[in-house]
Amino acid sequence: MLSFILRRLVAVTPVALGVSVVCFMLVHLAPGDPLSAVLPVDATQETIDSMRAAYGYDKPLPVQYFIWLWHVLQGDLGTSISSGRPVVSEVGRAVVNSLILASVATLIGFTFGTFFGFVAGYFRDSLLDRLASAVSVFGVSVPHYWLGMVMVIIFSATLGWLPPTGAGPDGSGNWRPDFEHLRYMILPALTMSVIPMGVIARTIRALVGDILSQDFVGALRAKGLSEFGVFKHVVKNAAPTALAIMGLQLGYLLGGSILIETVFAWPGTGFLLNSAIFQRDLPLLQGAILVLAMFFVALNLIVDVVQTALDPRIERG
Amino acid sequence: MTASAIPPTSSDPAVEIRGLSVTFGGKVRAVDGVDLVLGRGQAVALIGESGSGKSVTLRAIMRLNPENKTKIEGSIRVAGQDVMAMSKRELTRLRGRAVAMIFQEPLLALDPVYTVGRQITEAIRRHEGLSETQARARALELFERVRIPSPQRRLDAYPHEMSGGMRQRAMIALALACRPKVLLADEPTTALDATVQIQILLLLRELQAELGLSTIFVTHDLGAAVEVADRIAVMYAGRIVESGTARQVVLSPNHPYTIGLLSSRADGALVKGSRLETIPGSPPDLANRKPGCPFAPRCFLAIDRCHKEVPPTVEVGPGHGAACWRSDEAGAAFRERLEAVAAVA
Repeated sequence: MLSFILRRLVAVTPVALGVSVVCFMLVHLAPGDPLSAVLPVDATQETIDSMRAAYGYDKPLPVQYFIWLWHVLQGDLGTSISSGRPVVSEVGRAVVNSLILASVATLIGFTFGTFFGFVAGYFRDSLLDRLASAVSVFGVSVPHYWLGMVMVIIFSATLGWLPPTGAGPDGSGNWRPDFEHLRYMILPALTMSVIPMGVIARTIRALVGDILSQDFVGALRAKGLSEFGVFKHVVKNAAPTALAIMGLQLGYLLGGSILIETVFAWPGTGFLLNSAIFQRDLPLLQGAILVLAMFFVALNLIVDVVQTALDPRIERG
Repeated sequence: MTASAIPPTSSDPAVEIRGLSVTFGGKVRAVDGVDLVLGRGQAVALIGESGSGKSVTLRAIMRLNPENKTKIEGSIRVAGQDVMAMSKRELTRLRGRAVAMIFQEPLLALDPVYTVGRQITEAIRRHEGLSETQARARALELFERVRIPSPQRRLDAYPHEMSGGMRQRAMIALALACRPKVLLADEPTTALDATVQIQILLLLRELQAELGLSTIFVTHDLGAAVEVADRIAVMYAGRIVESGTARQVVLSPNHPYTIGLLSSRADGALVKGSRLETIPGSPPDLANRKPGCPFAPRCFLAIDRCHKEVPPTVEVGPGHGAACWRSDEAGAAFRERLEAVAAVA
């Protein structure tokens, strides 16, 4: 197992390098000079040139890339143009916030998604199945920012039960595990959980239906197992795929929830990306994308390892 | 209910099926009035082509057909106990313990994410409440019994890590795990290659004799049936059309369908260079049964009556029955064919 993990780590390195190139290039493909957003409109050519030299934008792209990569490897993602603070600390704080929110959302989504999925898969074509399927289709297809706004209207504006935006009462954006901060998290987490819930429910429904139609389920009954005994086998057969989906969903939520984080003003990566794009904060954008991409790579690696541990048919050797 | 589902002293036959009919989805009558008696220690082979209802009959004995889509009528008794009247709990005590089953394709019938050993100890622990260590010791014994090489290591193997023949041996070990009295084998050799088939058949025959198992084999291979069974029952379109001892059925068949099966075998009564005989036509649509004998449209002896009335089973010899209006003519036709083949040879 250890050698398997090591080999996976080695295999991941080129992927990570490729991702870094793409991250670096993406930002340079966009039109407009990164400095034009921060410099005054009437800046002299001399000022512009000196700023470009200061940020290294005057060098050829490959050189810029290697300089950038060298700094990245040392944990230096540069300085945010708009705030003047190190990108690492900005991104770091946002990642922590997003990770907390995404984990809670995935957990909620996974719990309900597996429940609905198993119910729908076990009682195929029954009323329960239709109900559970309707819920999961709703989860996959409803526009989430819209759902977020509806939640805010119901639970904050009308009922006044929960705060509508932010991560905590002090507005600092530093999440702490206490009751007050938890209240701020309920609405965004619930809204966000609808995505993985729908995906996981649909996957598990198909998976369970598929497993139940296999011969070995009949054979398990033939050896006298109770329905619960059979159920345990179904769960173990469904687990590798379900976990893989969960891992990928967590990855998506980590970086792909720009709209939800913006609706709830949750100080996470989505929110950060949003402002970085609008403020043309190139180093911040690059850093955030890179960190998110690396999270994705790492998640894939973890999912790979867990799947291998669970499913003996995946080659370990 | 006591620990054992079958009182060992009972003198009832191991399995007794009367008037069994199985209907799927309210339309498809896959089994239509089957009577079958399996004496203790006996081996019966159910023969027929795909869709003749042999596997469905076999599964009905443990009530393994999906409950919500299947309607079972008639009576099924295992050692005198009424299977049809059993509750879900009682059924789980019957399955695997009193009656065990071997499946056609062991790769599909074993759970891919559990080791083979786990799957065996699971059954033992379920029925006998042994510890994992005790159950594993029993599983090891079973693996030795079915002659799996390096059994200790194989217990920890996953199904996909074993060869086809080895998997079927493991499947047999699993079936025998709780010392059942009745063994149901659903085409146990069909998925295996020819050399392995013979080994598995020999193993089954040996185990049957040693353990005093009462066995029902489902197969479409007449050769395999003769090899392992005392009696043969030939099924067509959900009915038993002929039954008797293996010798009776193979050497003096009295049903045109049995004759068709025997003639369409590649070995035996075939002269080199002559054409392999086949049964013309295809099996009937079980959802729209026509009146009369279901084999009549394909039968070389069919007369008007065959298309109108279902023939009852008549005794053509001691313990030898055939459901055919023209069973005598069928018997004569077979003897004629044999003579013709002998003359050419």
